[in-house]
Amino acid sequence: MEQNFKKVYVGVELEVSPEGKVRPVSITYVDGITYEVDRVRQVTRAHATKVVGTGIRYSIVVKGKDTFLFEDEGKWFVEGHAEN
Amino acid sequence: MSRIILHCDMNNFYASVECMLDMSLRGHPVAVGGDVENRHGIILAKNYEAKKFGVQTGEALWQAKQKCKDLIIVPPHYEQYLKYSKLAREIYADYTDQIEPYGMDECWLDVSGSTGVMGSGEKIANEIRERMKFELGLSISAGVSFNKIFAKLGSDMKKPDATTLITESEFKDRIWGLPASDMLGVGRATEKVLSSYGIHTIGELAKTSPELLKRRLGKCGIMIIQYANGQDHSPVANVDYEPPIKSVGHGVTTPQDLENSAEVWNIMLALTQDIGHKLRVYGKRASGVQIDIRNSELSHKQWQKQFEVRTNSSSVIAREAFRLFERSYSWDLPIRSVTVRAINLVSAGLPEQLNLFENCEHIDKMERLDETIESIRDRFGKYAIQPATLCGKNTKMPTDREVELKMPTGMVM
Ligand SMILES: [Mg+2]
Repeated sequence: MEQNFKKVYVGVELEVSPEGKVRPVSITYVDGITYEVDRVRQVTRAHATKVVGTGIRYSIVVKGKDTFLFEDEGKWFVEGHAEN
Repeated sequence: MSRIILHCDMNNFYASVECMLDMSLRGHPVAVGGDVENRHGIILAKNYEAKKFGVQTGEALWQAKQKCKDLIIVPPHYEQYLKYSKLAREIYADYTDQIEPYGMDECWLDVSGSTGVMGSGEKIANEIRERMKFELGLSISAGVSFNKIFAKLGSDMKKPDATTLITESEFKDRIWGLPASDMLGVGRATEKVLSSYGIHTIGELAKTSPELLKRRLGKCGIMIIQYANGQDHSPVANVDYEPPIKSVGHGVTTPQDLENSAEVWNIMLALTQDIGHKLRVYGKRASGVQIDIRNSELSHKQWQKQFEVRTNSSSVIAREAFRLFERSYSWDLPIRSVTVRAINLVSAGLPEQLNLFENCEHIDKMERLDETIESIRDRFGKYAIQPATLCGKNTKMPTDREVELKMPTGMVM
């Protein structure tokens, strides 16, 4: 079965190093649920493949799972599962 | 030593951005069009699926619909085109600082100095092509050659998402058989002159005597013969990116003639609503306004004035346009059409000398008010907030769809 995705904007807690390097620490969904970001594997500019949009793509690990977090013009989004 | 020049052309730029930003459009014939329900709206860009039906840039929307009844026509989103045009340039800048834009979606890159570290011109072109797809979700075609003219020609030869190499040793075999009109510098008028001499291909042009063409085409005649022989030495100009817009305007022909100043004011107010928005998108301020009035006998008159203080405020521009109108028009005849243009645009960031006699505080206030209105429209749609005078039925303004879309001047598609 085809999996549907939607662009989900999230709140993000950031850690900024003295050199200006940005690291997402946790993400918070609109319903208030917060997830810790366990690891940031890679940071690159990329376009999202499951939803529309481009931006700086953070390959992160949340609860042991690999996923992408994007930043575009100051707003952050993830490729979330659409409910249907 | 010969140069290594790339020409990168983003494929179907406007239409590709629209499809990239809206998944439901993908795989369908899509065109970007001026106001959709307007009889006079035109096609600004189309994707390959639409091209298959023969849809052409510049033709009327209804014509395009006749060729392809399932054609999806979407309105343009200039702010997105600008954004992706800039992001593409950031990628190019990783390979050279000699970048010359040609319109919003094309650039020449001189990478002669980079090949030692980064590999051949072709390798660099392929890498840029891959990055473009991965990072922006857009495709380009690239031409690689030893001059700008052939690089541009190369990028046109294979589309989309391809690299074409035209070397000094092979160019005669590769391109001399192509129509002369494929070459930059040979426009429609020149093509006509050439074919009157029996010159149809780039190769035939290359072998033509300069004397012959000089008589009819002057210096240009000599120039295009040199181009055809690979002798284009023009440098890749290192220019900072400025969207090539000198003015932003809107015009409208009203369904009924305008009989008095109050009616003209309504029209001007409506026309300027979009001007402020466009100026903001482009990061520009207007230094003046120009109005163009056509009376019921269809004769034109144009006036313009400079502002004391530059602005991007719709309301200030409307007010100034109207003042200019009141001062200039003598009402010997009713009015058929009105155009308002914000002119002499400058980058919004530029500092300016404040004029003591003009009420800067007031203008500042108006601009902030406009910004607020803008953000409300962003969130809730164009008609969420409107000047009260435009809400009544007493305006002769045609509906939104009927306002002509005026491309900013100087924009290349
Ligand atoms: Mg293009």
